[in-house]
Parts: sequence; C-alpha cells; structure tokens
Amino acid sequence: MLSSQSIARIDREIAKYPADQKQSAVMAALAIAQEELGWLPGEAIEFVAGYLAMPPIAALEVATFYNMYDLKPVGKYKISVCTNLPCMLSGGVDAGEYLKKKLGIGYNETTADGLITLKEGECMGACGDAPVMIVNNRRMCSWMDPEQIDKLLAELK
Amino acid sequence: MAILGAINPMLSVGLDGDNAWRLADYVKRGGYSALRRVLEGKLPQEQVINEVKKSVLRGRGGAGFPTGLKWSFMPRSFPGDKYVVCNSDEGEPGTFKDRDILRYNPHSVIEGMVIAGYAMGAGRGYNYIHGEIWEIYERFEEALAEARAAGFLGANILGSGFNFELFAHHGYGAYICGEETALLESIEGKKGQPRFKPPFPASFGLYGKPTTINNTETFASVPYIINLGGEAYLDAGKANNGGTKLFSVSGHVNRPGNYEVPLGTPFATLLEMAGGVRHGRKLKACIPGGSSAPVVPAAAMMECTMDYDSISKAGSMLGSGAVIVMDETTCMVKALERLSFFYYEESCGQCTPCREGTSWLYKVVHRIEHGHGRPDDLDLLSSVTSNIMGRTICALGDAASMPVQSFIKHFRDEFAYHIEHRKCLVPVELQRAGSGFFKASV
Ligand SMILES: Cc1cc2nc3c(=O)[nH]c(=O)nc-3n(C[C@H](O)[C@H](O)[C@H](O)COP(=O)(O)O)c2cc1C
Ligand code: SF4
Ligand code: FES
Repeated sequence: MLSSQSIARIDREIAKYPADQKQSAVMAALAIAQEELGWLPGEAIEFVAGYLAMPPIAALEVATFYNMYDLKPVGKYKISVCTNLPCMLSGGVDAGEYLKKKLGIGYNETTADGLITLKEGECMGACGDAPVMIVNNRRMCSWMDPEQIDKLLAELK
Repeated sequence: MAILGAINPMLSVGLDGDNAWRLADYVKRGGYSALRRVLEGKLPQEQVINEVKKSVLRGRGGAGFPTGLKWSFMPRSFPGDKYVVCNSDEGEPGTFKDRDILRYNPHSVIEGMVIAGYAMGAGRGYNYIHGEIWEIYERFEEALAEARAAGFLGANILGSGFNFELFAHHGYGAYICGEETALLESIEGKKGQPRFKPPFPASFGLYGKPTTINNTETFASVPYIINLGGEAYLDAGKANNGGTKLFSVSGHVNRPGNYEVPLGTPFATLLEMAGGVRHGRKLKACIPGGSSAPVVPAAAMMECTMDYDSISKAGSMLGSGAVIVMDETTCMVKALERLSFFYYEESCGQCTPCREGTSWLYKVVHRIEHGHGRPDDLDLLSSVTSNIMGRTICALGDAASMPVQSFIKHFRDEFAYHIEHRKCLVPVELQRAGSGFFKASV
C-alpha cells in the first residue's frame, strides 16, 4: 500500500513511543500516508491501523477528527487560507475572496483541471504574518497580498 | 515575522532570525549552562522547584498557573514512568510566540524540559507541535538530534546518571488539542477529546502515568530562572508576575509581530513598539490575551499594564499574551461572528451545552451580522452563554462564551444598530479599507 520510504518514516515515528504504545504513531502515520497518496482513501486508513495493530475504526476516528486529513481527493495543491479574526483584520478574508475570484471556485472546491483545492482554515499560529495560507499542509506562505498571491498561483503548476 | 522588539529581554537575547537557532549558537550565548549547573552541581530536585516557585513564573499557555506549584504536585519520588509534556499546539487565535521560540530558540525549550524532567523525576518528554507549522516541527526534530548528539539528551546526561528522552509529536488541525488533557489523548493516538478532571495529569496523565504539561514559553523560561536565580527573575517583571513575556501583537498595528517586555509594561508602550495603530487610525478595542479573552474597549485598555493582575482588573485575561488590536474600521458584530464560528467549528462535541451552545451562538451572531437579527437576540445570546459557562468538561465552553458576553457588554449599541437597521454601523467601505489588503490593486 505504501512505499518503503513511507514505511521507514512510519517506523521512525513508532520508535518515539513506548513499545506497547504503537497507536501513538497514528497521527504521523496517517500524515505520511496522505503525503504519499495525496489524500486518505479508506484502504490507507485500514492499512495504517493494521500496521499499528489498532482497530480500523479507531484510526478512522482519528482521520475524521483532525481537519488536516483529506478523506476525499483534493487538487494537486490544497491552499488553506486563514480567515480567523486576527488575520481578517489584516486581509485574511479579502485574500480568500481574491483567490476565489482568480480561481473561479469557492471554498471546498477544486478547479476543473484538478490543480487547486481551496479551503478556509483556522488560526495557523502565524497571525503576525497575515494574510497567511498553507499549501498542502506543509508550506506556510506569509504576507499574502494580491501580488504575492499572483506569484504563488503562477508557481503552482 | 520575527521578534521585532524588546525591553530588558531574556528569551530573545542574541537571536538572529534563522541564523542562530543551532546548538552551537545557543551554547555561545550561554545555553545549556543552566542544565550544567543543575546536573554537575547535583542540585536537589526540591531546590530546582523552589527556584521556579520563587521566580513566580506563571504558565504562559493561558491560565497563568504558577509553574513551581504545578511541578510540586508531581509525585517525583514514586518509582515508575513519569512524563513532562510541552504544549506547542499554539492555536489560540492571535498567538504566534511559541512558533518563534521554536524557530529561533528551540534549544531553550529542550534545556527547560530536561531540567523539568530532572526536577520532577521524569525520564521521558514529548513536545506536541501545532500541525500547521510543519517547517518548525522539522526544525525542532533537527534541534533534538543536535542535543542528543551532544549528550544533552539520552542516557547519563553530562555524566550525572540522569536519563531523559525527548521526542516531537505533531498535531494535525484541532484547536482543542491545546487543552492539556485533549493533548494527552492525542499523543495516545486518539481523538483529541478532553478528559474529566480530577484525576489531574500529575496523578493520571500520559498513558495513565504522572505527567506535567507546560507551555513552550514556560519551559523556555526555566534556564533563565536557574541562571539568574528565582528572585532576580521575579524582579525582572513585577510582584506576583515574574519575568518577561512575549506578546504577539496582531491586527490593526503598523508592525505586527512578537515583542518581549517585562510583565507590568504599559500597554501604551507595547502599542508604540508595534508601530502604533495602523495609518494612525483611532484604537477601538483590544483583545489582550488571545481570542478567548474578553474584549477591552480602547480607553480602559490604554490604562492597563501588561501583566496578569492588571488585565484581570480590567475584566479580561492576559491569557497567552496575544494582543489583538482593532481600530475604528472594525465592525464588532462581524469580528464576533468570526470568533463564534471558530468555537462552533472547534468544539469537540462531548458536552451538550458546548456542542449545542456554540452552534447557537454562531447562528444568532451570524443572523445579526447578516441583517436578520431579532429584537430579543441579545438576551438570547446572553442566556445561551450562561447555560454554557461552568457546565462543560473543559474551558472551551467558557472560551466561546466570554467573547460574546464582553462584545455585547461593551458594544451593545453596535449590535442593537445592526438588529434595528439590518446593516453595519461602520460603513462597509471603511471596513474594507481597514484590512489594507486592496492597497496594491485598488
Ligand atoms: C480550548 C483550550 C485551548 C488551549 N490551547 C492551548 C495552547 O494552544 N497552548 C498552551 O500552551 N495552552 C493551551 N491551553 C491551556 C492548557 O490546557 C494548559 O493549561 C497549559 O498548556 C499549561 O501550561 P502552562 O501552565 O505552562 O501555561 C488551552 C486550554 C484550552 C481550554
Ligand atoms: S467544553 Fe466543548 S470542547 Fe470542551 S470537552 Fe466539552 S464539548 Fe469538548
Ligand atoms: S488568525 Fe490567521 S494565523 Fe492566526
């Protein structure tokens, strides 16, 4: 199901916890699986559960509880825009509107070419850099004024 | 962003953005000398805890609980596994200081945690890092590797016979995991749902073992306390409010960012350091301690000093030290609508008053903002908040209620205007100008 590199990464995570507490690695393992597959299909969740010797339902509960897991396919790039109050005061909501207009989609939608999915996010702990957005759960983009957004979109191909 | 300014700093001394976070830089500016002092000097555990008590370091995660006292609750001489856990799940809207500490001074957190582990007889620690700051999680992993290689972590640290392992665990998008028992559940690989207390983590924590949880900035302060001595640390702040603190200033200021100042520094000074209100506009209100803290109108805020006691006297909380500044372009109804949506989204759903109540709060504020408010909506909101507060497992219920109560208390006219006239008191064009987003394109 997962590449040997992903398995090796999951093994490194498991080693962080006491030997009888493998389940502690489930969040990391699901994140690693999502990184490889682009999203989390049911089989991946089952695979992770099996690998960590935990009930599949427990792994599914984790996958549904934390909102950075994608249980449905998303575009090649997922852009999450922070619109919480501190960011809103410095243009977070405007940045979201600007993106919607440019991409011709709303939140939780994907462009027709499957390239970009737009999400509304909660505080990312970077409010001083507002507006902020995160690409594919990994790359934090700061001070996203119209110019910076245009630059980002030109780069995401 | 960076730590943009400071008065008599400790945590941010010698930092140089992305260029000075490594172990060698930390050691050069005196890092790990506190750990040496403790381990090589064979300081009794009791004495370490006493220094922390004397410093009156109050937890930097939100509640302001005295750290030394918390540490003394740990059954440190009981045999068996014990844990120290660092809360870097910084998700309280407005707060971005722990991110900068981990980014620019990660070894201060590691050193603080090893000292804490020693003082409380714990052999293992975890640092739970907000999932959204992935690059910082990776950097912390690198810092851990450096500390292990240098013998500051692992078996027999500095030849003292003390063993301490420390690992990083990342979140993946759930504000509630900042609540300490939800965080423990999350490390155990479960949904992040808070536990009933008691039992408290000091007796039943991670994997059911005695555990102490502190905030990132709390741990990062510990080496400075050991080096300076508890009393000197206390003196760096003000009575009952020891030390300096990082304040994350966001919103309508010219220079948003982190500022380290002594507790007790006037708000006016902090505001000035942050460049003043954006474009010289008029200050309208400020949320001084993260989104869960009650809002304070401008006049009262300008009288405050930045410490637990002064802010609490003004009817709010110092909380996490997140200072959200709002100027005259802010529509208070819209501001509250966004916060209420946040708590509604992030309620873990375990307790009925919180799950149903946060949904009501959002629905009602939303309809007021969108011109469908009803004459008795303000009373309805206040009755919903009183049905939530004090009736839930964790403090998120209160955190959702306090903004609603305080916004309505201080800006009732604005809410009433919305209900009556079905529009904002603050002209929409002015609100739009306030964010500054469209300066380049429009
Ligand atoms: C809903 C909720 C969210 C919280 N989020 C955080 C957080 O992001 N970081 C943090 O340190 N404490 C947070 N806390 C407070 C923790 O439960 C805990 O009190 C704190 O980590 C203890 O550390 P301290 O004593 O060093 O402040 C939160 C509490 C609640 C109720
Ligand atoms: S108060 Fe809300 S967030 Fe806290 S445990 Fe209850 S339902 Fe969950
Ligand atoms: S409010 Fe957007 S990062 Fe905090």
